[in-house]
Amino acid sequence: MPLDTVTPFTPLASTLGGVLIGLSAVLVMALFGRIAGISGITTGALPMRRDDWDWRLAFVAGLIAAPLLVLAITGTPVRQTVPTDLTAMAIAGLLVGFGTVMGSGCTSGHGVCGLARLSPRSLVAVLTFMTTAFLTVLVLRHLV
Amino acid sequence: MRIFLGFLSGLLFGVGLLLAGMSDPAKVLNFLDVFGTFDPSLAFVMGGAAITTFIGYRLVWRRERPLLLADFQIPSRHDIDADLVLGAATFGIGWGIGGFCPGPAWTALPLAAPGTLVFLPAMLIGMTVATILKQRRTALA
Repeated sequence: MPLDTVTPFTPLASTLGGVLIGLSAVLVMALFGRIAGISGITTGALPMRRDDWDWRLAFVAGLIAAPLLVLAITGTPVRQTVPTDLTAMAIAGLLVGFGTVMGSGCTSGHGVCGLARLSPRSLVAVLTFMTTAFLTVLVLRHLV
Repeated sequence: MRIFLGFLSGLLFGVGLLLAGMSDPAKVLNFLDVFGTFDPSLAFVMGGAAITTFIGYRLVWRRERPLLLADFQIPSRHDIDADLVLGAATFGIGWGIGGFCPGPAWTALPLAAPGTLVFLPAMLIGMTVATILKQRRTALA
């Protein structure tokens, strides 16, 4: 992976960002009574799949609009470095999509909402995906 | 109203991801690279989000029902099955390769990096395949 450049440690911004994510999850529970898991919201955003797909589709639209709002407020585009190996990204996308649906959740559904509910299933899921993610980076960056 | 508030919730979530640095795959991969260019920031994202949600959920659950829909739908399963573990393991491998999980992949879309434009459709295909597989299995059972 060509991305192993240092990124600055940002405890304050990251905690604050985390609090905003948490507030959104609380808002989704208060308004819709549902878990704010992005994989579940994505698969539930298709019409005819569920009767309450409309707010999910709107939620996804909100996610997509977020960097545009940040650009409008700060005047600077969001900085990010995305891996450029497109074959690797295609494989990564397939694995993330397949895995989050099979495992009933991702970083938000299991990681944020599940841990906040003290769900044993979510704890197992988080420990599992953190472990395989650490190992994957270890192998790709240090052993290959 | 449902649509407007759904959009607003997503916007808040997205701004949180961007502020936290979670939408930057380089930062995510550095969080996972303990023996290299380690950046522990994302632990603070998870901590801030989980603690806020822990407190907020308990306040919300004092109500009988949510404001806009009929009932709370909260997962009730407690069993640890193969789907959960193997699914999470698969997700982790993909996360470790691309540095994207589903939320950040959506917020990255308008920035239109080539890697994102490949990752996102592939993710949707993966989700569709797994959904069909699960439905078939339920139908057979």
